[in-house]
Amino acid sequence: MQYAKPKTATEAARLLGAETGVTRVLAGGTDVMVQLKAGMVEPALIVDIKGIPGIRSITPEAGGFRIGAAVSGLELGDHAALCAMFPGVTEAAQLIGSKQVQGRCSMVGNLCNGSPAADAVPALFAANAVVRIEGPNGSRDAAVETIPTAPGRTSLAKGEIITSVLLPAPVPHSADAYLRFIPRTEMDIAVASAGVSLTIDASGTITAARVALGAVAPTVMLVDACAAAIIGTKLDAAAQAALEQAASAACKPIDDKRGTIEFRTKVAGVLARRAALIAYERAGGRK
Amino acid sequence: MKTIQVATTINGDATEFVCAPDESLLDVLRNRLGLTGAKEGCGTGDCGACTVTLDGRMVCSCLVLGAEVEGSTITTIEGMSTGDALHPLQQAFIDHAALQCGICTPGILVAAKALLDRNPDPTDTELRYWLAGNLCRCTGYDKIIAAVQDAAAKMRTA
Repeated sequence: MQYAKPKTATEAARLLGAETGVTRVLAGGTDVMVQLKAGMVEPALIVDIKGIPGIRSITPEAGGFRIGAAVSGLELGDHAALCAMFPGVTEAAQLIGSKQVQGRCSMVGNLCNGSPAADAVPALFAANAVVRIEGPNGSRDAAVETIPTAPGRTSLAKGEIITSVLLPAPVPHSADAYLRFIPRTEMDIAVASAGVSLTIDASGTITAARVALGAVAPTVMLVDACAAAIIGTKLDAAAQAALEQAASAACKPIDDKRGTIEFRTKVAGVLARRAALIAYERAGGRK
Repeated sequence: MKTIQVATTINGDATEFVCAPDESLLDVLRNRLGLTGAKEGCGTGDCGACTVTLDGRMVCSCLVLGAEVEGSTITTIEGMSTGDALHPLQQAFIDHAALQCGICTPGILVAAKALLDRNPDPTDTELRYWLAGNLCRCTGYDKIIAAVQDAAAKMRTA
């Protein structure tokens, strides 16, 4: 195995593109190192991206924030302005692993690891995040929901890496929220999860919404039917019921030791409803 | 496998080592530098026995490559006492019998110190959440919480 720590994203992409064997990108390492230890993968090349300028920075951009691909959960949580603007995203990212893992784990790593249960990812979907990709053909931007394609798989081409994620400026009276179910209080993987971002007008009517579900399909998924169920409403009881039903209807979960199909389908609906209520209240809706 | 030369600062001392590209920081500390305080429990970031701080943030050293720490500052349990004078956390663990087999203890001490550096007066709930990544199979945790709170109280009035 070779270890490389390039000084630019262009060089990182070149190294990854030129290597014919298995490669891994190293940011916080909290998934990659576990894969190495378990013998799941024997990379020919590991590219440590932490030498790339800006990769560990949180930078205001056009009213929102650009977050480098190696920014850790702890660094997100310590950034008061970011947490105030995106409580759903920052709370979701801080649910990952232990405090030790939080010292290293990144949202982009969480995304690129490709787990359907990744905590940061439904919140990023809901927040309409845009990732910046560096590759052999230069750089491009992509909507975050185009990245995961299957468990452990992404749409990134060979040699492509994500260098940052942009959380675009929320319009006024918007807010986000994320909830997951785990059978313990800490240190566990989501059995079902939901991220919601919404905008209300002066009367409290929802004018825009994005709802994403986790751990109930092969990838995290954005569910347009959930958004449609609450747009134009004041999130009254009927809208809440419609949201819950739309979320459960979208679920295509597996049965495993952490949750049955029936349980995940039910709980995803409940979490979508509760997350929507939190986001609604944060946006300035009733209460 | 080509070895990599790394220069770092560990517990205040400039330290250089050579490691393999796939060697963890934990293995470097234990096998190359003789710093055997950090323990390997799981090797996959679940148990916290290998906790150290890396540039001021606590991490599982089993989830860090040795090659990654070039130019970094690391503290381990070996850097906690001042000569023979134990840190108040170490003394409190003895006073409260907050350990039995001791495998988890170095990691818990490093983690507890990292919390008290950020928050000198945590609630029991904050402390339990902070230490959720440090598994102890002997004590049942209550004595650990009591020891950390006692040390925190002493450190606040010191």
